[in-house]
Amino acid sequence: MPSLGADMEVGTILQWLVKPGDAVKRGDIVAVVDTEKATIEIEVFQSGVIDRIVVPEGEQVPVGTLIAVIRTDGEVAAPPAPVAVPTPPAPAAPPVAAPKPMEKPTVPAVSAAPPHRLRISPLAMRVAVDLKVDLSKVKGTGPDGAITKADVERAAKAAKEAPAVEALAAIAPAVAKAPPARPAAAIDHHVAMRRVIAASMARSKREIPHYYLATHVDMSRAMAWLQSENLKLPIANRALYSVLLLKSVALAVRDFPEMNGYWIDNSFRHSDAVHVGVAISLRKGGLIAPAIHDVDKKPLGEIMANLRDLVKRVRAETLRSSEIADATITVTSLGEQGVETVFGIIYPPQVALVGFGKIVERPWASNGMIGARPVMMATLAADHRASDGHRGGLFLAAIDRFLQEPEKL
Amino acid sequence: MTNDEIRALILRELRRIAPEIDADTIDPSVELREQADLDSMDILNWMIAIHEKTGVEIPEADYARMATLNDCVSYLSQRLK
Repeated sequence: MPSLGADMEVGTILQWLVKPGDAVKRGDIVAVVDTEKATIEIEVFQSGVIDRIVVPEGEQVPVGTLIAVIRTDGEVAAPPAPVAVPTPPAPAAPPVAAPKPMEKPTVPAVSAAPPHRLRISPLAMRVAVDLKVDLSKVKGTGPDGAITKADVERAAKAAKEAPAVEALAAIAPAVAKAPPARPAAAIDHHVAMRRVIAASMARSKREIPHYYLATHVDMSRAMAWLQSENLKLPIANRALYSVLLLKSVALAVRDFPEMNGYWIDNSFRHSDAVHVGVAISLRKGGLIAPAIHDVDKKPLGEIMANLRDLVKRVRAETLRSSEIADATITVTSLGEQGVETVFGIIYPPQVALVGFGKIVERPWASNGMIGARPVMMATLAADHRASDGHRGGLFLAAIDRFLQEPEKL
Repeated sequence: MTNDEIRALILRELRRIAPEIDADTIDPSVELREQADLDSMDILNWMIAIHEKTGVEIPEADYARMATLNDCVSYLSQRLK
């Protein structure tokens, strides 16, 4: 059972996506695991052939438990190689930094109405939508009666054989009308996530001497450029302005290495790679900040595709193990919620968090003239053990500079 | 496609993006963005899904014409003619 964060102690195998004899290669998704915070797709770190599955679906085991055995090329099946799905999520290519916590949170989450829904895995839900299965008629066989993918598929098969079902419309109501007495998986996650956020943020406030800086950024060039680019693109390739923000931060941080990396064991460890954590809020409250890898090296289109995919999967609760483990700096954009300024809380062991507020039209003086411009507040929360306000100010100014030349991003 | 089919498709794709949405309680005349707490990324993913399923190319400037469920149905039925 891989560790998907410093706070994770146990994980439940919701589903195996492979069976003994299947060939797998590094990066393949082999299982879906439920942690306190979310449902995570587990990627395999070793190519080979699945020899045997040790921990069955539905079982909860501590981090570090052998859950499956992978036979690498050349090995004989007989004495199963002790190559399990890795314990810490890092053995393949040892990164500079130690693995760190997954829990994310930078800002108090806006809590929503308590969810009321069937106990069902997100995967099963998607399958149910695809197969048009009426969930009110499905009997769950998973942990605590949760509906699994197999249950849904069985129901779909039975429905096919039976006379016509009122499919489509039935799905939503079935979910909505689930008896409130049944605690949903989402509620468990919600409670656990609050606990994880509390632990992480309390640690941040206790250990990290934060300093905060803010500056206004004129967004007129960036927005005009983006608009004209989007006009040329088909819908699937259009970008959101957040992508410009992410790329600007990633490029700027190259010149400010003291903002990119981890504070571990009383010293700063810089990371050459720029993996930007993106704070994504969940509707039912809480948030997760999975990373987009190597943002400084990717073209905008690719960052957009990554971001789009990430948000979709965070909200559908299908994150992958590698994404939640290794951000080197985090960006939070609260513009969507309508606030102009966000004072972030650093996500330990990272040392900096860049925040962006809403873009608002404001009077702006430039070259002796006053005009109305779209203006955004950029903020930095940084760890005073790793950097100082002077450098922090230059870092924010560098982000601003990149946003003034969007065509170069 | 009939309007009912369009409506079902819109809701189905919306639920893919926001699985907790309760189709029963959606007021078809109130902005979906507000009701379903959608951000710009959700809206974009949803537009892309609708485009993939219907083939309708929705320009950015037309997003405003798809604010409510009723708006969406009438916009798409027009474009599908």
